[in-house]
Amino acid sequence: MGMNMTEKILAMHAGLQEVAPGQLITCKLDMVLANDVTAPPSFKEFEKIGVPVFNNTKIALVPDHFTPNKDIKSAALSKAVRDFAQKHNIINYFEVGRGGIEHVILPEKGIVAPGMLTIGADSHTCTYGALGGFSTGVGTTDLAVGLATGEAWFKVPETIKVNLTGEKPADVTGKDVMLTLIGMIGVDGALYKAIEFAGDGVKALSMDDRLTIANMAIEAGGKNGIFPVDDVTKAYIKDRVKKEYTIVEADADAKYCQNVEINLSELVPVVAFPHLPGNTKKVNEIPEIKIDQVVIGSCTNGRIEDMQIAAQIMKNRTVHKDVRCIVIPGSQWVYKEMIKRGYADIFIDAGAAVSTPTCGPCLGAHMGILTAHERCVSTTNRNFRGRMGHVDSEVYLAGPQVAAASAVLGRIAQPSDLK
Amino acid sequence: MALEGKVWRYGDNIDTDVIIPARYLNSFDPQELASHCMVDIDESFAQNVQEGDIMVSGKNFGCGSSREHAPVAIKASGVPVVIAASFARIFYRNGINIGLPLLEIGDDVEKISAGDRLRVDKVTGKIENLTTGDVFNAHPLPGFVENIAKAGGLINYIKEKKINA
Repeated sequence: MGMNMTEKILAMHAGLQEVAPGQLITCKLDMVLANDVTAPPSFKEFEKIGVPVFNNTKIALVPDHFTPNKDIKSAALSKAVRDFAQKHNIINYFEVGRGGIEHVILPEKGIVAPGMLTIGADSHTCTYGALGGFSTGVGTTDLAVGLATGEAWFKVPETIKVNLTGEKPADVTGKDVMLTLIGMIGVDGALYKAIEFAGDGVKALSMDDRLTIANMAIEAGGKNGIFPVDDVTKAYIKDRVKKEYTIVEADADAKYCQNVEINLSELVPVVAFPHLPGNTKKVNEIPEIKIDQVVIGSCTNGRIEDMQIAAQIMKNRTVHKDVRCIVIPGSQWVYKEMIKRGYADIFIDAGAAVSTPTCGPCLGAHMGILTAHERCVSTTNRNFRGRMGHVDSEVYLAGPQVAAASAVLGRIAQPSDLK
Repeated sequence: MALEGKVWRYGDNIDTDVIIPARYLNSFDPQELASHCMVDIDESFAQNVQEGDIMVSGKNFGCGSSREHAPVAIKASGVPVVIAASFARIFYRNGINIGLPLLEIGDDVEKISAGDRLRVDKVTGKIENLTTGDVFNAHPLPGFVENIAKAGGLINYIKEKKINA
């Protein structure tokens, strides 16, 4: 019986010839990830098991959520991560100033690769499916057991196949593709399921587009999102991935529980209204909505292409007088690159705040909290009630082109609305 | 193992940011997390929840962030079981892993209202609505996942496996 990409990777790591949806399996882990919010509670559980870490080269610890430390309690969390990394000689520990946001730096530094099985105590761990691996988010206890044993249990998911055709128009980004899909299938449309992207449309998507798309598989309830490995992937990993990796392809007779068709050439810029990522609307069909803040960054859209798209729009323009625009590169590399390419100058000259890498405002931690009745257009991934601060604030999710155009016009807008 | 308790009823897509907002994640003390549980949509919950009360919700309960602080906060509130139409998958794992029973009952959840009294058998998944007389059966846990639940969570399960190995 044919298997799809997710089934093949799970089977490979369970030591089985084949697996089928619904089967319960235990898999060997290639990478175990945690951050400053999720790692410290897991250390307590880890100690209860009473063994050393399974492999100090297959663990990544990235303090990124409340860093640079926002308060004394957060400083204690970061210290716990740092102490653990030192004690267990964790190679992939990324101190503030030497890394960035976990899901931006792991692909960037070649820590994740095709065919790998990664778990992370962060729901957006599904990002690495962009590289043709299986990766999924877990909680603290799964993480603790992963750190100790290098294994995790899984129920083999059913898989939704998303067939992409055509080429997206110039003003459409990977974010629009994913928000459109979530709008189509709903925030629980892929609950307990894998999402496999396929079709001729994939090859025209850049790696940054794919990382954005896979990143938000969880916003449709998905276990993972996964892309085939092609020339774009190979070019991306060429100088990054130093270890061996396995390219996995879906069999021609692989089984899928549902098929979804998206013609990329028909897409337009979209925005997800409060308070669900599936409340997707076309920007050209919404009434005038004035805004107070724009955030450009996060594990979803904090990569160099996102910065490029936003900078091209902001060049020789200014942020609207009633708007605060906060630009947060996702990694030290993205930060340096945007300085080198002149994007940082463009943002600063336009009147935007440019900050060091952090998850900060995305989860309402710091660096851009909203008060009651404030509205924010954000390139982040969640617009739940209270996500970015006050319970009566509103977050509108969009791609970097919509965020930048909105920052300039002071209302939700797309690039074609600019003079 | 029958439990009896009063229902706190919530809707669809209750996300973990609502269950425990990120501003409280700089602590992982269960009691402190419990004191902020559900605060953004229901301030009365943390103040008035009684030991043994049952949380009942619509579909996709626990969606969003993987923070295990969310099921920990619910458990530390004294809630011994959560019933929903469906659970988001990371929350579902986390609940099982920390020994918080989660029962999935699909559309039957519509027949449970705030304030109803329920009798729940955690082992068989039988749920009786003592207020209305309705009886439901939750979907059983698959395979060894049931053993994790029986051990009281994943850490106990792994330790038992180590001892028996």
